[in-house]
Amino acid sequence: MTKRLQSITSKLPAVVALCLLILLWQFLCQSGAVPAYMLPSPVQVIKALVTDLPTILEHASVTLQEAFYGLCIGVGLAFVMATLMDHFQILNKALYPILIITQTIPTIAIAPLLVLWMGFYMAPKITLVVITTFFPITVGLLDGYKSVDKDSIDLMRAMGATKIQIFFHVKFPTALPQFFSGLKISASYAVVGAVISEWLGGFEGLGVYMTRVSKAYAFDKMFAVIIFIVIISLLLMGAVNLIKTLSLPWVRVEKKEALE
Amino acid sequence: MVLLKAEHITKKYSGRTIIKDINIELHKGELISLLGVSGSGKTTLFHVLSGLTTPEEGRVLLNGEDITSRPGQISYMLQKDLLFPHKKIIDNTALPLVLHGMSKKEARKKAQTYFEDFGLEGTEYQYPSQLSGGMRQRAALLRTYLSSNGVALLDEPFSALDTITKTAIHRWYLEVMQHIELSTIFITHDIDEAILLSDRIYILNGKPGEIRDEIIIKEKKPRAEDFYLTDEFLAYKREIIAKL
Repeated sequence: MTKRLQSITSKLPAVVALCLLILLWQFLCQSGAVPAYMLPSPVQVIKALVTDLPTILEHASVTLQEAFYGLCIGVGLAFVMATLMDHFQILNKALYPILIITQTIPTIAIAPLLVLWMGFYMAPKITLVVITTFFPITVGLLDGYKSVDKDSIDLMRAMGATKIQIFFHVKFPTALPQFFSGLKISASYAVVGAVISEWLGGFEGLGVYMTRVSKAYAFDKMFAVIIFIVIISLLLMGAVNLIKTLSLPWVRVEKKEALE
Repeated sequence: MVLLKAEHITKKYSGRTIIKDINIELHKGELISLLGVSGSGKTTLFHVLSGLTTPEEGRVLLNGEDITSRPGQISYMLQKDLLFPHKKIIDNTALPLVLHGMSKKEARKKAQTYFEDFGLEGTEYQYPSQLSGGMRQRAALLRTYLSSNGVALLDEPFSALDTITKTAIHRWYLEVMQHIELSTIFITHDIDEAILLSDRIYILNGKPGEIRDEIIIKEKKPRAEDFYLTDEFLAYKREIIAKL
């Protein structure tokens, strides 16, 4: 009971700060300090969200598909890439700088190129999501593999373990917490990446809908989509956290032991 | 009967000789200690004996068979307990059996039969973080035992434990060793521990490290708890200090 109370109390400052920010926003709009055509009030945004929800959900199903496919491919690629880079040092030396460079290129700059190369359907959007999501996971896994105690590897070798056995019994499980940290970041990037790519071309999706409402100067609807994206991203991050908690029971036990 | 034999072992790292012309023997059921100052090459010798590294000269024989540079033939417990945090105690201890091809179910079943001897009953489905330092050492020792061909190398296995836990685990270790007949070489910096546990003590000293002396502890095992206080014990201790 005390721990539950502590957990609630620790989250309280963030909740209070968020509520105050929304109240300030509402006050600024209501008092006329900011014109309504520039910044709709939170109440207007919520109204727009409720009214537009069926349309938003329709577009969101496309965006979520792109994000999901992109994230899955990104995870797969990251796993293969990080594992190969960890195993072959020459590959690590050759590819790590390129990986870093790919992250310095703004997503918004690549998106039009991808649309030109791949057309207006899902392919360029998924590709952009892959590009944005696979880096945090690759780096997370690489760091995780590197964090393995050298003595643990020696112990496994002394027990006669093969390289594959060392990987599956020690390296991969040790890297899992870092993998999930990367996945959490990537999950939020996935939706944002899909939306950005939709801005630059397409027929459906939250990004396409955003460009339409912005051209109509319907800022309340635009904010409604933004809030919807934030909610989806938070839900995805929450889902990753839940999978992490279920997949890493020993981490949960360690935390509990540390608290006692 | 000689179980493990190291003949003329010389090992170099980056051109520097770490150990030179080491000859040691381990007989069945025996417990021998390697005592020496830091940097005298004790851990290097264990790396050679366990097959983790290849010596420039010499060979290691197990029951007469050459096992030089062949890991997995004898078990090796490193300085830390190195229990894997993501595996339950039963799976940590059963790991060597799984690595050698046994199914997880069978390996768990076999490991389980030793839990009582090793004082680990009730910890099977706990994670290492839930165990005390002494219990973790016991679990690591069981894993070492299950990966052995009757021979275990223990590198300062009790150094991280507090004095009370260490005394308790010494007593337990001597009892369990009698029962399971594991022949052991162990590294220690603790002269008292070496005298209490060993049948023989090798003094490894110098740079490069060489076997300088061999001391035989004649008292029968398991030794009494007050062995520390006897004149014989102090005589051994004086002799070792003089040779270190």
